[in-house]
Amino acid sequence: MNIHEYQAKKLLAQYGVPIPKGGIAHSATEAIYQANELGGNSWIVKAQLHSGARGKAGGVKLCKSHSEISEFCDKLLGNNLVTNQTGPQGKMVSSIYVEEASDISKELYFSIVLDRATQKVTLIASTEGGMDIEKVAEETPEKIAKIVIDPAVGMQPFQSRQLAFTLDLPNQAVGVASRAVMKCYRAFRDTDANLLEINPLVLTSDNQILAIDAKMTFDANALYRRPEIFEFRDKTQEDPRETNAAEHDLSYIGLEGNIGCIINGAGLAMATMDMIQHAGGEPANFLDIGGGASPERVATSIELVLSDQNVEAILINIFAGINRCDWVAQGIVDLLNKRDINIPLVVRLSGTNVEKGQKILKDSGKKVITANTLADAAHKVVDAWKDNH
Amino acid sequence: MSIFIDEKTPVLVQGITGRIGSFHAQEMIDYGTNVVAGVTPGKGGMTHLGIPVFNTVEEAVKATGAEASIVFVPPAYAGDGIMEAAESGIKYCVSITDGIPTHDMIRVKRYINSAQPDERMILTGPNCAGTISPGKAMMGIMPGHIYMKGKVGLIGRSGTLGYEAASQMKELGIGISTAVGIGGDPINGSSFVEILKHFEKDDETEAVLIIGEIGGPQEAEAADYFKNNMSKPMAAYVAGLTAPPGRLMGHAGAIVNSSGESAAEKVIMLKDVGILVAPTPSDMGITMAKLLKAN
Repeated sequence: MNIHEYQAKKLLAQYGVPIPKGGIAHSATEAIYQANELGGNSWIVKAQLHSGARGKAGGVKLCKSHSEISEFCDKLLGNNLVTNQTGPQGKMVSSIYVEEASDISKELYFSIVLDRATQKVTLIASTEGGMDIEKVAEETPEKIAKIVIDPAVGMQPFQSRQLAFTLDLPNQAVGVASRAVMKCYRAFRDTDANLLEINPLVLTSDNQILAIDAKMTFDANALYRRPEIFEFRDKTQEDPRETNAAEHDLSYIGLEGNIGCIINGAGLAMATMDMIQHAGGEPANFLDIGGGASPERVATSIELVLSDQNVEAILINIFAGINRCDWVAQGIVDLLNKRDINIPLVVRLSGTNVEKGQKILKDSGKKVITANTLADAAHKVVDAWKDNH
Repeated sequence: MSIFIDEKTPVLVQGITGRIGSFHAQEMIDYGTNVVAGVTPGKGGMTHLGIPVFNTVEEAVKATGAEASIVFVPPAYAGDGIMEAAESGIKYCVSITDGIPTHDMIRVKRYINSAQPDERMILTGPNCAGTISPGKAMMGIMPGHIYMKGKVGLIGRSGTLGYEAASQMKELGIGISTAVGIGGDPINGSSFVEILKHFEKDDETEAVLIIGEIGGPQEAEAADYFKNNMSKPMAAYVAGLTAPPGRLMGHAGAIVNSSGESAAEKVIMLKDVGILVAPTPSDMGITMAKLLKAN
């Protein structure tokens, strides 16, 4: 799960990580109020949406007057901002964070990730703050420092010092930086985070360290024990189709194509999407109905896929192990009894109770194109889509 | 021989009295698996499906000599159940549970690895369909009948895609020595490489098919291992060519975050070392047939 910058900063501040003073606003009036609270005569105003690269997209501005703040809020609040990470439709700016302007002498990069290769926690730091870190890693790998933490032992002070010393900081700032790093690690560890990224982490002219930006993502499987993190969820940042699917406990991802997919198992779902593309079509979505799907669940899945206006044909591909083909078939027939579908529907059933399932489809007399293999199913759905086009 | 389990392996079912554990324990028994014990804390002393139930894994191992365990425990407690198995002398453990927090799995791995190498439990999963040595024994949730006994070792991150491969091979008369699901999570009990080591040593396995997907370094590691350490021929398929980067595709581990993690890049790495890669998921069986014919 992703959270907003201001939420991540709030969380980090609870662990003692130094952040600039700031306040959240949902209107221009509130933003001006926050600016007054902060005092001073210049402020950084930042659009809050689940995306990086907001600066380049015009989502961050140094404002020197209340009218500038007001103008920024009017332009962005409630509207979608397109960054190079949001996709062409952009994401809604749900709030504005108003922050005091910091006196920056040096920009650094810092992040913590769960490293799948070592199965440990890795801390990454670089003197090249404010840049695209993947690019830095590619072009100047010597400028990236890494420390691997054994989670069974936890981070040790020498490791945080080691990392701080790689950042070319003045001696007075090394202690401050290493303590900030340690606090970030604790925040990461205690919240079941997958990623914590501070870009930039800055050195101020009076040798203080500040987290100027903050991004955190969390393990969805651990949210049951992190209610304080789950509170940070912002549904305006999610694809409504995906939110709707999640409410039915279905795993759905909207894509750009027009062949709707309903499959059991994530791997088979990805493979089926690949097969559709190979056959000359484009998948409209990823949808995994999981195991033991009831007829109702199957019907709900079809409704969900149909709610996407781009869908012009549907492929249902089930290889039943703990699923039952008869239940899947019943779900399809139940839905077709309830409403007409005027786009082609291709069904491939295999595995547990396949004969029963096929019989249910056949006996229903409904217009369903059946297929026996994965390849057969993908070609049939693409052909049917083309014919119908 | 097969790897990890055969008809003699004494198997324990953790969570045997639960709805899911109960259903699959029965399927495993029907398949011919030597299920000797179950564990459900607080239900020790009862008999379920004709199998004695114990409060702890330690008691179950002492009383029945169980060597392998399959864990059907909800996500919040599954890590604990796996560590209990490791501590109690279980040699091979399958974790089916989907949704175990990643931080828990990291701790579980550290715990298992703290044992001496020769006493270390082998864990496969979590979030997998299990392991089957066709015609001998099944520890998992797969439909046993789609697997034909034979000489190909199968390793997959996805359960249902593994079924697809097994049934394509059966259609072509190609059987399987053992099929191992390693699961779709970011932290696996065992990686492709760890299972490949066992297939390389297994007399009954003549070739191996691995089924990978987007995300993580495992396929690259497997390519490297194949190049330097394997004498047996290998085929592969990688799912997710159409998956958009940065999106989690169902499996907690199926996400392209950095270079080398996309399906296209993995296909190149595997091909480069001489692994025969199936161009589409419907070609997994045919690709294995070609590989066997050429060798």
